[in-house]
Amino acid sequence: MQKNIILAGVGGQGILSIAAVIDWAALQEGLEIRQAEVHGMSQRGGAVQSHLRIADHELYADLIAFGTADLILSVEPLEALRYLPYLAPDGHVATALEPFVNIPDYPPMEGILAELARIGAPVLVPAAEIAREAGSARASNMVMLGAGAPFTGIAPDKLEAGIEALFGAKGREVVDSNIRAFRRGLELSTN
Amino acid sequence: MNRQLLLGAEAVAQGALDAGISGVYAYPGTPSTEITEYIQRSKAARAGGVRSSWSANEKTAYEAALGMSYAGKRSLVCMKHVGLNVAADAFINSAITGVNGGLVLAVADDPSMHSSQNEQDSRAYGRFAMVPVLEPASQQELYDTMFHAFALSEEVRLPVIVRMTTRLSHSRAGVEQRSPRPQNALKAEYAPERFVLMPHNARVQYRHLLDLQPKLEELSESSFLNRPAGGSGPIGVIAFGIGYNYAMEARAAHGIECRVLKIGQYPLPRRMVEELFAACSEVLVVEEGYPVYEELFRGYFGSPKVRGRMDGTLPRAGELTTDLLASALGVGLPETPAIPGIVANRPPELCKGCGHRDMFDAITVAIREHADHHVFSDIGCYTLGALPPYSAIHTCVDMGAAITMAKGAADAGLRPAVCVIGDSTFTHSGMTGLLDAVNDRSPVTVVIADNDTTAMTGGQQSSATGPKLVDICIGLGVDRAHIRHFVPLRKNLDEAVAILREEFAFEGVSVVIAQRDCIEKAAKEKRRAAAKGQ
Ligand code: SF4
Repeated sequence: MQKNIILAGVGGQGILSIAAVIDWAALQEGLEIRQAEVHGMSQRGGAVQSHLRIADHELYADLIAFGTADLILSVEPLEALRYLPYLAPDGHVATALEPFVNIPDYPPMEGILAELARIGAPVLVPAAEIAREAGSARASNMVMLGAGAPFTGIAPDKLEAGIEALFGAKGREVVDSNIRAFRRGLELSTN
Repeated sequence: MNRQLLLGAEAVAQGALDAGISGVYAYPGTPSTEITEYIQRSKAARAGGVRSSWSANEKTAYEAALGMSYAGKRSLVCMKHVGLNVAADAFINSAITGVNGGLVLAVADDPSMHSSQNEQDSRAYGRFAMVPVLEPASQQELYDTMFHAFALSEEVRLPVIVRMTTRLSHSRAGVEQRSPRPQNALKAEYAPERFVLMPHNARVQYRHLLDLQPKLEELSESSFLNRPAGGSGPIGVIAFGIGYNYAMEARAAHGIECRVLKIGQYPLPRRMVEELFAACSEVLVVEEGYPVYEELFRGYFGSPKVRGRMDGTLPRAGELTTDLLASALGVGLPETPAIPGIVANRPPELCKGCGHRDMFDAITVAIREHADHHVFSDIGCYTLGALPPYSAIHTCVDMGAAITMAKGAADAGLRPAVCVIGDSTFTHSGMTGLLDAVNDRSPVTVVIADNDTTAMTGGQQSSATGPKLVDICIGLGVDRAHIRHFVPLRKNLDEAVAILREEFAFEGVSVVIAQRDCIEKAAKEKRRAAAKGQ
């Protein structure tokens, strides 16, 4: 088993907590993990990505090769498109639909949707709305984790245990709303 | 199996702690910052009394680490690659004095310049100083290497470099820990013949360093960081540091037939390298950084056997990838989807509500009144003021250069000579330049952006902020009447412009402090306080 996952977003949007949950679950499963993140200047509102690789055998490179990503999981629609060269021919794309507009030449949403439609069957998620319904506007990244979960190679209950572990210190209510958010994302993706 | 998920930088930190350090010295710099931050958070470090607060710059950090080593204890000193330029004087000479307690320099290079102004390769410094350089390929290897590095440093009594690059420093993997070693006892010995580098001593010590070289090479032959990694056929790959990862990944993914020699300890293990070259008709040299060793293998007159960055088999600049390695080894890569044309760049920007925004607004208004409007600047979040919509600064070269470049331009006749520097950069390398300006009565306006933190690297403690900054400026001889303040907020724009206008017109040294806390730092403190309250 080997999964190459690209997590995409804008600096400050919290893609690293998605990575942390998958990492935690993979570690419990005894899998090998490599997860490269972006620190430094780009974290200030720039495009950021994390290459996450998990496998049941030795992994060498921290970076994913072009055309080999099983999943591009993005918390922002424009950012989902930025990493398409990494997508494997049978890879999946799941992205949140809310644009994060902090550049003057942000393309029109119709154009982004048209490009996403060309990928095949992307999982398009109104993540912010679902997160609000689940009880926490800040949990939209867990909605996206749920939406991407079927393509991570890790069972959903293991990922939920990861959410527990990661958010446990913040109290029951935070854990519950994040798990609700995760489940809603998962439903959307599997139905 | 008990594995912890650690960043490469954190593996260095945990490894150093377990190898029995008594202190870490550092100035923040991407991608090295997380080493020291990890030690600062570590309960075990606190329990063991491991000192870990930030130094004013890399040179003071290195010298303090050397002092700790002189006193018999193990010390770790961390910096980014360009930081080693600042610490170079201390570093190079510490190879001549040698060390007592183990001294390890963990230096993080930034090929592809993700967060840096160049991609210099610290291995060149290792060769220059003639000390061992270790270059692990994985997070686990980084951890294990720290034990090895301190033992090696104490065995040969030299400082040892552990070199890593952004990709390894900022990537997580499972790391298994070993049982920790105790710290060294205090044991300062008089050894003026080693540590007083007057010519008569230095000559002897330098001779000793030269004589040590064959031993260092011999130690490399038996290092766990150097080993053949199988393969057959006439094609060889000599893979340095994390170049090894990409070579192995490409070999496995594409079923490439080639021999691989993994290198992670320098000076080179000569016999291993000779064996590879003897067995192969072509050798691809894979270095994450400059073609330091490729150049040596080629020699001045070239060698038909050697492939690498210098003949275009691999690109001359930038980070390596699995794809680059695969193509260099002759694999035709399948076409992959292109990035759609509508995907606009998204460069980083100053945070919404950042005080630097209001500071740049004020500077822009005040300086527009002059025909020449150059603003010299420096390294920090405020460097983002070079990008639109501000385009407000026109230089950023090295830490501290804002003040000294403005001074030089003022000496040449440029008016006004304006510069912007942050609080942390000012104490890192700006103070001495300000003293030059004062001594020379150069007409410069130094705007200090005091946000009470080292913001760019994530909000570390700054050496001097607030009233302490003012005291420093007064102490350096700046006239109190020309040390001015404003709070960079929209509502204070007129006041700020008026102050800047007056000081631009002054024919002498003035300091204008734009004081407002970094909002990211404030938010972080709030979160921390909330977490504590629970
Ligand atoms: S981190 Fe602080 S100093 Fe840097 S841009 Fe954000 S608010 Fe400004």
